[in-house]
Amino acid sequence: MAVIIYAESDNNTYKKSSLEAITYGKDLANKLGTSTIAISMGTVGPQNLGTYGADVHIHCTDNSLSSFNPQTFANTISTLANNNSGDVFVISQTYNGKSIAPLLAVKQDAALVTGIVDMAETEGAFTVKKTAFSSKAIAHVELTANKKVLSIIPNSYKIEENGTEVSTTEQQVGSASANTTIVSTHKETGKIPLTEAELVVSAGRGLKGAENWHMVEDLANALGAATACSKPVSDMEWRPHSEHVGQTGITIKPNLYIAAGISGAIQHLAGVGSSKVICVINTDPEAPFFKAADYGIVGDAFEVLPRLLKRVKEVKGI
Amino acid sequence: MKILVCVSVVPDTTTKITFTDNDTVFNRSGVQFIMNPYDELSLTRALELTETTGGSVTVITVGEADTDPIIRKALAMGATDAIRVDASPKDGMYVAAQIAEQAKEYDLVFTGRESIDYNGGQVQGLVAEMLQWPLINVATQIDLENNEVVASRDIDGGREVVKSSLPCVISAQKDLCEPRIPNMRGIMMARSKPLNVVAATDKYDYTKVSKYELPPAKSGVKMIDAENAEQLIDILHNEEKLF
Repeated sequence: MAVIIYAESDNNTYKKSSLEAITYGKDLANKLGTSTIAISMGTVGPQNLGTYGADVHIHCTDNSLSSFNPQTFANTISTLANNNSGDVFVISQTYNGKSIAPLLAVKQDAALVTGIVDMAETEGAFTVKKTAFSSKAIAHVELTANKKVLSIIPNSYKIEENGTEVSTTEQQVGSASANTTIVSTHKETGKIPLTEAELVVSAGRGLKGAENWHMVEDLANALGAATACSKPVSDMEWRPHSEHVGQTGITIKPNLYIAAGISGAIQHLAGVGSSKVICVINTDPEAPFFKAADYGIVGDAFEVLPRLLKRVKEVKGI
Repeated sequence: MKILVCVSVVPDTTTKITFTDNDTVFNRSGVQFIMNPYDELSLTRALELTETTGGSVTVITVGEADTDPIIRKALAMGATDAIRVDASPKDGMYVAAQIAEQAKEYDLVFTGRESIDYNGGQVQGLVAEMLQWPLINVATQIDLENNEVVASRDIDGGREVVKSSLPCVISAQKDLCEPRIPNMRGIMMARSKPLNVVAATDKYDYTKVSKYELPPAKSGVKMIDAENAEQLIDILHNEEKLF
């Protein structure tokens, strides 16, 4: 018995959500009375995974793992689990994680739950809480199979750094070559990916046009936040669709969500409602978003955003 | 080219979610059901592709008879025929097993990125692995070139272009295309298109929902005067300690 955690890295550093997954895995292993094995592929980050809760760290050095393919990655994790009696899998629900988890579940004949937002209940039935109805509800799901694959939403679990350092074991697993070919990759450099951002500044139609977005970007840059937008804004192509948060866009769960000029339709709330602190700026005091907010300002984004920016710069001394 | 498009029937996006039976069952009363928006995109793209290259589009749903109006809509949009696996969809694994059972003869299986009710995003990966086919997940562009699929897919912080041989499984993300709206001719023709109801295979019983709850409500909004907007930053910095 062991809890297997996939430690995903990008640009030679472990993703924050993977470190969350390791702490999650460790806390779960403690409840189950077992230990954790973290598995990394491709590049490793500078962090020692033991610090976050890995009891063992295996790094796979196969050439076939240098670029992402769902099948080779899932195969590798599955093979290592078989070699080390792994039976519970913790995967962070990144784009890659979303592709790996189902493949792993079939390979391992395991129960699969995605969208998990909290630690599993292990007394009695093994139960997890997952987001449902596009964040409008939470479902308690029982996993009845012996093996379990758990996919955890980023920013749902707090990283602990009180573990003991472990040495990394390098291993070749001998995975078959990939069944898809990556032709090209395009990444926004220097921008914080929305799905991983802890702070998000978002705006809607109230900004009146793409040319006014510098106000949103300036505030986001000063805060170290990612930028997002509402559906109409991405439909009108003021902003790229990758910034659209809401029911049919991206679901996010940042610590802070600032929304300017967004009325807060139910579809928008579905994508952002589980943000920890929500601040709403709107000229309309009746905007439904205020009901879902922690802090509200009735006012014009064109006046409020620059004032917020000025204050952030003062507070941060920049 | 034979494309199988998986269609899920979900509550309309404006639905207020409530539960019955001690919070164990989703309350369907008064709820308007629609075709899952991502499935609408994958179906539209499948139709566009077969209209260029030739071939057929079959839609498949795992559901009871009350899903038939949505299947007819898919046929009205232009699908050739439909399969309904006559069962209540238990979870992703169960649904995927039903689809994999029917999918073997097809060149491509299309799904949505996720359904907007259970948000699993599981079926595409499960079907791919059950059939041992390649998976292209969260695709924003799908083209066919020399009997290969070339697709653009979302990755964390960007996009990548991926190539795969056939058969394979692809899931659709927003941006793929504009969803097609059925026209009157399509609606008339849909009535006589074949909708084959098949029995479910009894596989996988690995998860069950024991309870639902609504997310904790906010304790009430604290309003800040626009003239003192700076106060918001002070609170976020000093009290909430967010940065």
